[in-house]
Amino acid sequence: MTLLDVSGLTVRAAGGRALVTDLSFTVDSGERLGLIGESGSGKSLTTLAVLGLLPEGMTVTGSAVLAGTQVVGAPEKRLTALRGRDAAVVFQEPLTALDPLMRVGRQIAGPLARRTGLKGRALRDATYEALDRVRLPEPGRVARAFPHEISGGQRQRVALAAALACEPALLIADEPTTALDVSVQAEMLDLIDTLVREREMAVLFVSHDLAVVAKVTDRVLVMKDGRAVEEGAVRDIVGAPREAYTRDLVASARALESALDLRSAP
Amino acid sequence: MTTPTDLLATEPRAKRPTRRTSVTLTAGAVLTGLVALLALVSLLWLPYGPDDTSGGRLAGPGDGHLLGTDKLGRDLFTQLMTGSRIAFGAGLGSVAVAALIGVTLGVLAAFAQGWLDDTLSAFLDILIAFPTLLLAMLVVAARSATLGSAVLAIGLAQSAVVARLVRILVKRVLTQDYITAARTSGTSWPRTVAGHVLPNIWPTLVVNLALQFGLAVLAEAGLSYLGLGAPPPNASWGRMLQEAQATFTTAPAGALAPGVLLVLLVIGVNLIADGLRDVLDPAGRGRRS
Ligand SMILES: Nc1ncnc2c1ncn2[C@@H]1O[C@H](COP(=O)(O)OP(=O)(O)O)[C@@H](O)[C@H]1O
Ligand SMILES: [Mg+2]
Repeated sequence: MTLLDVSGLTVRAAGGRALVTDLSFTVDSGERLGLIGESGSGKSLTTLAVLGLLPEGMTVTGSAVLAGTQVVGAPEKRLTALRGRDAAVVFQEPLTALDPLMRVGRQIAGPLARRTGLKGRALRDATYEALDRVRLPEPGRVARAFPHEISGGQRQRVALAAALACEPALLIADEPTTALDVSVQAEMLDLIDTLVREREMAVLFVSHDLAVVAKVTDRVLVMKDGRAVEEGAVRDIVGAPREAYTRDLVASARALESALDLRSAP
Repeated sequence: MTTPTDLLATEPRAKRPTRRTSVTLTAGAVLTGLVALLALVSLLWLPYGPDDTSGGRLAGPGDGHLLGTDKLGRDLFTQLMTGSRIAFGAGLGSVAVAALIGVTLGVLAAFAQGWLDDTLSAFLDILIAFPTLLLAMLVVAARSATLGSAVLAIGLAQSAVVARLVRILVKRVLTQDYITAARTSGTSWPRTVAGHVLPNIWPTLVVNLALQFGLAVLAEAGLSYLGLGAPPPNASWGRMLQEAQATFTTAPAGALAPGVLLVLLVIGVNLIADGLRDVLDPAGRGRRS
């Protein structure tokens, strides 16, 4: 079943410049699609457009149907209802994506309460459970902390817990490891991979790093300058990239990998 | 709050500057508290009746009158106490009016787009440019010269300033990632405003409201000085100043006492505002941007 059907999606800046042009792709229920491309290629705008959350002044044309609802041109009320339930997002920068003045626990309890209707002690227990599931030690203490009181990796786990608290049909992860220390990137990736597989959640995984995308997704869409360049199974793209731009991406990923191999060699 | 070591991030802990800046806050609270105490006691007890003219005209300090009497023989300290009540009433009342109208208008203006945004902004600019004194005279003409009229006029004038500040603060907060993040999880606009926007503009807003409190006290004194404030026998500091003006050289206490208290209260709330600014600004918020 098709969960997200994007077709002919075009996003224009206030001045009329096209930032995303005629983009089409689909994500089936439980499927994991990677969105890859260099910085500024329109990946983030695509994910925001899918939820009807583009910055003020931008205009969008084309179609984006999420769980049967046409997002483009939909009234705010309908969009509020589908956000969280049909798709939730983990952003690149967890420090700015969490409310600096709200305790971490409340930021998870909010969406949790909206979905489950839990209150009081039951809601608190569910919040601790959500923190525990993203493998945060001492959920009780983390819940009472403010975002600046925990580490970057822990903040991103909190953001992931908040997104998962919505139990979305589609998890959109927009460069969720890019802002993290290299030492915790792999762990975070593993965590996302495990949790979405357990839930059979669909994933739209955005990254500029082919190696990262390859770890989590089955299929990738390569973007450049707001356009789709190439699409296919991860294995095919890595094994036999057709477009010059994709070949560059693969080559640079390979170069990095072999450099690392050389280093770790005795 | 205690945090286990494994939760300690590399960033500096929040609220580190609190210790240094709370000196300012404490000093402000002490000054303001002294005047507030005077106002509170005046509700329960006054040395003399406000109309009691038994003290003899322009008596010097001492002899049953701590600060002496005014030109009608009324006890100055008694007037000072009722005056502090009026000062607090004017400050709190005006700020309440300004906050209620200002925050509502400011949030609406922040969400308004196109011509509505332009209209609201122009309206606020005109209201800000409009002299408070002229506004006060209009309100007094429409109602009467009472403390309520003064509070309404001052509060209205200040609500435009508050609204413009709130509009800018809200617009800035709305561009933040955590607002988008809250929206992606299906938080409605009213809930987003109540849960994320207002709490995040609060630190800046409350500092401004403290400053507005001081300005309102000064404005009320000014209006009373001109006879547009609380009517007799309620002694506003402004009217005490005006009445003591003619006899300043022979009996300076009548003008000095309300003048000094006015200055102390205004300095006090300004120190509080300064202290709040530092205490309420969590680590890094100013620096990070
Ligand atoms: N608020 C905005 N206003 C104008 N242009 C923007 C805005 N946000 C992003 N852009 C532009 O849109 C393009 C795509 O941005 P984005 O989707 O964030 O890229 P990516 O996520 O792939 O790095 C970039 O050229 C960027 O400069
Ligand atoms: Mg991006």
